[in-house]
Amino acid sequence: MLELLEQLGKAARGSFAKLGRGTFFLMHALSGIREILPRPSLLIKQMYSVGVLSFLIIAISGLFVGMVLGLQGYYILSDFGAEESLGLMVAASLVRELGPVVSALLFAGRAGSALTAEIGLMKATEQLSGMEMMAVDPINRIITPRFLAGLISTPLLAAIFSSIGVMGGHLVGVGMLGVDDGAFWAQMQNGIDFNEDIVNGVIKSVVFGFVVSWIALFEGYDTLPTSEGVSRATTRTVVNSAFSILGLDFILTALMFGDI
Amino acid sequence: MQHSKTQDTLVGLFVAAGIAALFYMALQISNLGSYGNGEGYTVSARFQNSGGLKVKSPVSVAGVKIGRVSSITLDKESHEAVVAMQIDARYDNLPDDSSASIYTAGLLGEQYISIDPGSSEDYLKNNSKLDITSSAIVLEEMIGKFMMNKAEGK
Repeated sequence: MLELLEQLGKAARGSFAKLGRGTFFLMHALSGIREILPRPSLLIKQMYSVGVLSFLIIAISGLFVGMVLGLQGYYILSDFGAEESLGLMVAASLVRELGPVVSALLFAGRAGSALTAEIGLMKATEQLSGMEMMAVDPINRIITPRFLAGLISTPLLAAIFSSIGVMGGHLVGVGMLGVDDGAFWAQMQNGIDFNEDIVNGVIKSVVFGFVVSWIALFEGYDTLPTSEGVSRATTRTVVNSAFSILGLDFILTALMFGDI
Repeated sequence: MQHSKTQDTLVGLFVAAGIAALFYMALQISNLGSYGNGEGYTVSARFQNSGGLKVKSPVSVAGVKIGRVSSITLDKESHEAVVAMQIDARYDNLPDDSSASIYTAGLLGEQYISIDPGSSEDYLKNNSKLDITSSAIVLEEMIGKFMMNKAEGK
């Protein structure tokens, strides 16, 4: 019994310690922004590996998610003779929920895991210590540009996801199933409010980008410097990112759209 | 990974695509932008009740879509709804004594305007008015009337 309590205490102490380290790490990374801004080439390089290389998976997933929404929505709505509302249904679900959430999940899998593995391997091969020896702050130099790149890329990727999704829904709904083109857009534009829906969707994706980049970079930085440690850290990045995205999504939705 | 000109270009393209997607969402998906008008001419009609008609609802003749509703305003004098319609330039031979009615597609579907062609030799032009109209059918009103008739009949 006492042993069990002891283990629980140890686990709790461990996670609090990790949270503390993570917060200091985040502060340190944010303080590096001043040094990165005069050297945008570092940021552009990371924007390439984090954003541009994630573009394809986001675009293709967005297209298929939109097409599936178009199909499924049509079969349900046609039961009520309300096929014209298909545009509204596709756009509302994409802009409010699926765009930010699915693109952040894909981003965690595509870019977050790569970031963790990269930083973890840098630590395991003592590149980070090497930089410190040369009086270069590894957090400012390595972590900050990657963090900024993640933060900037996610809202852009989410916007691309939603837009391509709506086009996919239009392709299936109007092109294949014969929903009226004007009614599709008219109902959509009547139902989607710019401030209420689109701005809130963008805020969501900024929050997700912040959290995913933080988790991915910290797990890499905090890893045990062995190959097993890097592999575990990569797994933790994907799992913890998914939990945080979905949990935060509920909280944000409740704050934005519910009257809690 | 080497830093190169191509990389700069690709990042630029990516950021531009993201911003374009944001604009697309703002203008095309939400109510912020007004839809660009195509070629065509505008006619207007007055209705006692425009029901659930919306801007961009379809306008059709014999079930074929020929245009869209471009604005719905209230005439302050007569308290009638003034509905302006943008008709496709292809359909320039609608008689000027045609009548317009508001119907509902399906029981709960979207409302649209149906134009019933008349027999006049003169055609509708830009800014002409349709004089013969019949208003939208409001379901509650009909049910109310039906109930009243039933009650009186017994």
